[in-house]
Amino acid sequence: MLRQVEGSQAVARAVTLCRPQVIAAYPISPQTHIVESLSDRVRTGELTSCEYLMVESEFGAMSACIGASGAGARTYTATSSQGLLFMAEALFNASGLGLPIVMTVANRAIGAPINIWNDHSDAMSMRDSGWIQLFAESNQEAVDLHVQAYRLAESLSVPVMVCMDGFVLTHAFEEVDLPSQEQVDAFVPPLVPQQLLDPADPVTIGAMVGPEAFAEVKYLMHVKQMAALDEIPVIAEDFLRAFGRASGGLLKPYRVEDAETVVVALGSVLGTVEEVVDAMRDDGLSVGALGITCFRPWPVAEVREALGRAKRVVVVEKAFAVGAGGIVGQNVRDATRNLPVDVYDVVAGLGGRPITRASLRRLLDDVVAARVDASRLHFLDLDVELVQRELERARHGARPGPHAENMLRDIGTVASGAYE
Amino acid sequence: MAFQQIKLYQTGTFVAGNRLLDPEQRSVQARTGRSNSLTSGHRACRGCGEALGARYVLDAAMRATDGNLVAVNSTGCLEVFSTPYPESSWQLPWLHSLFGNGPAVAAGVAAALRAQGREDIRVVGQAGDGGTVDIGFGTLSGMFERNDDVLFVCYDNEGYMNTGVQRSGATPPAATTANTKALGGTPGNVFGQGKSVPLIAMAHEIPYVATATVAELRDLEYKVEKAMTFRGARYLHVFVPCPLGWGAASADTVKLARLAKETGLFPVFEAEAGTVTEVSKIRRQVPVEDYLRPQKRFAHLFGDQPRPDVVARLQARADRNIARFGLLPEGDE
Repeated sequence: MLRQVEGSQAVARAVTLCRPQVIAAYPISPQTHIVESLSDRVRTGELTSCEYLMVESEFGAMSACIGASGAGARTYTATSSQGLLFMAEALFNASGLGLPIVMTVANRAIGAPINIWNDHSDAMSMRDSGWIQLFAESNQEAVDLHVQAYRLAESLSVPVMVCMDGFVLTHAFEEVDLPSQEQVDAFVPPLVPQQLLDPADPVTIGAMVGPEAFAEVKYLMHVKQMAALDEIPVIAEDFLRAFGRASGGLLKPYRVEDAETVVVALGSVLGTVEEVVDAMRDDGLSVGALGITCFRPWPVAEVREALGRAKRVVVVEKAFAVGAGGIVGQNVRDATRNLPVDVYDVVAGLGGRPITRASLRRLLDDVVAARVDASRLHFLDLDVELVQRELERARHGARPGPHAENMLRDIGTVASGAYE
Repeated sequence: MAFQQIKLYQTGTFVAGNRLLDPEQRSVQARTGRSNSLTSGHRACRGCGEALGARYVLDAAMRATDGNLVAVNSTGCLEVFSTPYPESSWQLPWLHSLFGNGPAVAAGVAAALRAQGREDIRVVGQAGDGGTVDIGFGTLSGMFERNDDVLFVCYDNEGYMNTGVQRSGATPPAATTANTKALGGTPGNVFGQGKSVPLIAMAHEIPYVATATVAELRDLEYKVEKAMTFRGARYLHVFVPCPLGWGAASADTVKLARLAKETGLFPVFEAEAGTVTEVSKIRRQVPVEDYLRPQKRFAHLFGDQPRPDVVARLQARADRNIARFGLLPEGDE
């Protein structure tokens, strides 16, 4: 049924339809509307047979999900940013134990400086945690990915993280087609746990493993993720048949077939990218886009196939590896190894900075005109003068002070010292 | 049956040997139907108080729940010595996740069982003092304040023994550990630090809080069984000597646990909803020196340069406990 609804409400409804039995969550912006809404749904009885734990931290949230999942319950949590980092230890534990927990990450920047707005630093910092990571382009896809995530998680007994851009999606009102309970029940069968804490058949979960078998247990995690590369497209096809809508899958190619220049991106920015692609196509330029829906596992063969005919690949990503370069870019470079293609790493949209059509168009025009060096890391719309003034201050002051405050004062938006 | 040698266990105490009692009056440990939840063959050190405590607690809890029990374990000695690959000593469903999250994991298990309508299955969480009073304290307090249906048991051996005997928030003053050595002007752990998690648990006004030692089996079993009669968050703090970490003889584990109580250094009590309801009185009061001397971690107090002043401060701690909890029998105070 089509409804005009906030992204968080839509996701809360989708999660409700999946019938989680234990929800454990700790509030953090911009995830809050999702977990508030789920609390309402448990209280009103819309979501029955569900225990909602208001835990003392994100670490506690993921830990409660680990316990609940070990006891055979379908579990859910949601977090963002610092919260995801606070549960980092438990994330690795959940995946190591092979527990099919589903979590929404309302993507948000990581401090310092503290910042509540959207980028992908949080999810990217956990890319090696053993969780499957799916990125939603729209609220419709966020809804659909949650339904698919439960089926995926439980069929392989792996945890799945559904990433949706904080505020940009979580707080945006869009028309969303919410499935019926019957549809979701038919698509997501009841959980049959791979391992269960059962007094009638006691097992030891979480035993210590030394050098004798540690690598083998870890290898199984990799095997499962490789299996997910086969399973995810199958689930997406089933979803299309059941719900009449293409959603999910590994990749989202857009006019890439003959494109010489392809933009690779994740999440909500894809809409903007596609508009720029259309405009450049109208101008006779051979441009396309490749959306990454599934970032972990990394669909290396599929990405290679999709980019095999491109001359230039521009990876626009909302996070970067400080001191190294692009994160998605490194993966793309790996996927296109030995192909005659230049890969450009472009960091954009950090801490909620808008990625505009104009900026993307300028960037792509520069790339097409060979005015951009592919061997360097680029930052879209970086205020170079602001950076240089601060570097200058740092060079000359004996105690130049905090960068963030200095730079805010420089652009005139900090109270401290503004009226000196 | 032909001649059988009768052994009197716990000689020198007021406790009657179990084998002399009617079967119905025997302790859980003395019953043939004992669950052996933590079964033999594990790799704890000789004389390990924690292994003893865990066996006592779980067997009693298994009896109280008719075997419908799940155990959650924080990282630590108990987890390591019981599950060296490819073996497990656990004969009940058992989940280990991390060092600092045992209470939250246990809360999750309890929530799952409630959601599934399986509240007949009960949950015990267990950790050492590091996993309880330090790194797991946040999740423990959260579990308490939500009143989750979990019995959490701390096996307190007063330090990080699994990592090589370092100081924890439960290490007593003056005790030497690997990072509070007898060096400098104030040898051993400093005075004025540390915390009493039983008292903090009481401040949450949870249904039941109790302390116990591995020296008094019946008292410990009674408290476990009593804890299982409550729903909601319950806390049991068990004093478990560590021969390795304390530099004590393996044969002295029970003796030291008893001395900790008989000196007043470790008050044994029960509390319901934030109020102390019962106190285990000292039977034969002894000076703290009797407890300290057999332990190498306190050897620096009795060496070439004895520190009677430090011993006196430790005695003052015991005396304060005695006054605070009323540990002496009526008329002895």
